[in-house]
Amino acid sequence: MTTSILSPAPATRRQKTTRRGAPRSRRGSRRGLVARVAGAILISIVVLFPLYWMLVVAFSSRSELLGGTLRLWPRALTVGNFERVLAGFPIATWFSNSLAISATVAVLTVLVNLLGGYALSQLKFRGSNVVFLIALTTLMIPVQVIMVPLFRLVTNLGLYGSYWAVILPTAASAFGLFLARQFFLSIPRDLIEAARIDGASHLRVFGSIVLPLSKPLIAVLFFVTLLQSWNDFAWPLIALKQNELFTLPIGLLYLQGQFGSDFGATMAFALINVVPMVVLFLVFQRFFVQGFARSGIK
Amino acid sequence: MTRVVAEQDRVAPPPQLPKRLGRRDTKTVREALAGWLFLTPNMLLLGLFVLVPLVWAVVISFQKTNGFGVGEFVGVANYERLISDPLFWRATANTLLFTIIVTPLSMGLGLGAAVLFNSILPARGVFRSILIVPMAISGVATALIGVLVFNENNGILNTLIRFIGLPSVNWQSGGSAAFVSVVLVTLWWRVGFNMLIYLAGLQGIGPELYEAAELDGAGSWARFRNVTVPLLGPSSFFLLILNVIYSFQVFDIVFVMTGGGPQNATSVLVTYAYETGFVTRDQGYAAAIGVVLLLITFVFTAVRWRTSRGRDLAE
Repeated sequence: MTTSILSPAPATRRQKTTRRGAPRSRRGSRRGLVARVAGAILISIVVLFPLYWMLVVAFSSRSELLGGTLRLWPRALTVGNFERVLAGFPIATWFSNSLAISATVAVLTVLVNLLGGYALSQLKFRGSNVVFLIALTTLMIPVQVIMVPLFRLVTNLGLYGSYWAVILPTAASAFGLFLARQFFLSIPRDLIEAARIDGASHLRVFGSIVLPLSKPLIAVLFFVTLLQSWNDFAWPLIALKQNELFTLPIGLLYLQGQFGSDFGATMAFALINVVPMVVLFLVFQRFFVQGFARSGIK
Repeated sequence: MTRVVAEQDRVAPPPQLPKRLGRRDTKTVREALAGWLFLTPNMLLLGLFVLVPLVWAVVISFQKTNGFGVGEFVGVANYERLISDPLFWRATANTLLFTIIVTPLSMGLGLGAAVLFNSILPARGVFRSILIVPMAISGVATALIGVLVFNENNGILNTLIRFIGLPSVNWQSGGSAAFVSVVLVTLWWRVGFNMLIYLAGLQGIGPELYEAAELDGAGSWARFRNVTVPLLGPSSFFLLILNVIYSFQVFDIVFVMTGGGPQNATSVLVTYAYETGFVTRDQGYAAAIGVVLLLITFVFTAVRWRTSRGRDLAE
């Protein structure tokens, strides 16, 4: 149901075309179409212009930015900002930190929530609803509420100063459990019951029946978690104090602190943070959209 | 007493032969065992990194501590301090104001965009994709783009405003203008998500309902008002809760764009808690701010949940 959100599905307003067409209403609907296209273009400009401007600034020379001679359509482009940023900051390290942390969080989230979501949706046992409700409630807790004790906890556990200080608390989000449970509820219980009657163990049923059916869920969960973790800010800001452990968003804030109003450099670095995820998002749009939309739809 | 018996009757399986009952029991036990085993990794993570810190946060909120060494128990002193702390009230008022403004606006704009992008439109898929691109951008980058656009002196927005002959706006030094800029950047970032949820909801509404309404003589506004809006009820309920929770927690945009300034005009509870906990290191007090924030969130959600018919959504 949610797969087709971005693909050209049959219009729900088909009645417009099947209208027993008096010429007046047909002209009216054409005028309506023009208005709708205009509205859509306007919305697109509002959304895209800041991104376009970010590109322009990132590829413009410092003198042009300072001189205030920047045009909406720049004449000369330069990669000077990128060179300056790459020379001044360990961008490669921060990039690989971001990649390592978000990929590990995504893999962990998939593993943990596939198991948990299956238990909560397909296995009947006392207490499962209570566990689910508690998990759901934890989604309402902002990290700022628990940051003080959480910081002490990761320090006491000896995680401080390593990726795990970010990875484990981030992977503890209940969002994936919610998503996985929703997905597994759509698998007919009869299928699992049948395998159980044939004598397969629960682990066996999970491995040979549930897992092969879960490929869409795995993709959705992986990409959505990767995106969230890649862009995560509040907790990494607290947990990562050493420069060499920074992720890209933290590095970006650090750079802004150092370079102040050097917008060319800031935007160049922001692009390095933004572009990989936007490309991934557009290429695997289907999975992201399904992930976000499914979270709201039964 | 009789009610209890009746309930048990309903839940318990109908009486069986003793032999089968035994088999059924082992099956139930096995299933329960498997269930808890499958849930263990999840419960370990949630318990250790969310529930333990949550209880601990309540404990710390009764202490005076800078994070080093053992805290000193001070009873409800931190909570008493909250009552007479103007910064706390400012942050609370800003958080509520932000929520009251951002929630209906993101939902309204999201609904409008969803209806528009669900109608007959060339390149519909492209338009939809464009609106959701901001979802892929980190909060920090979004806030920095916001700084770029809203910079008071050489930001592109003021340049454009001056170009059409209007006086430039003090987006950074003016309290209200700064608040508006944070709201606008948040909307840019969030409307796509609201549209997605509404689009999914719209695609669940059959065209025959609109045809029936049209036969009854309903115009396009009446169809929107009497068919679309009521049938999107579950999506709206879900979005309301999600937007409110998000707004209570708005951190990245505020922290990077304004840092809560100017003169605390954009300070919200989460940024105030962060400053208190990790900049001034008054961690007991920071924990108390967090606990209050959480209580507000819980109260809102509980009220909304009870008064709504959409509560089966999560079940």
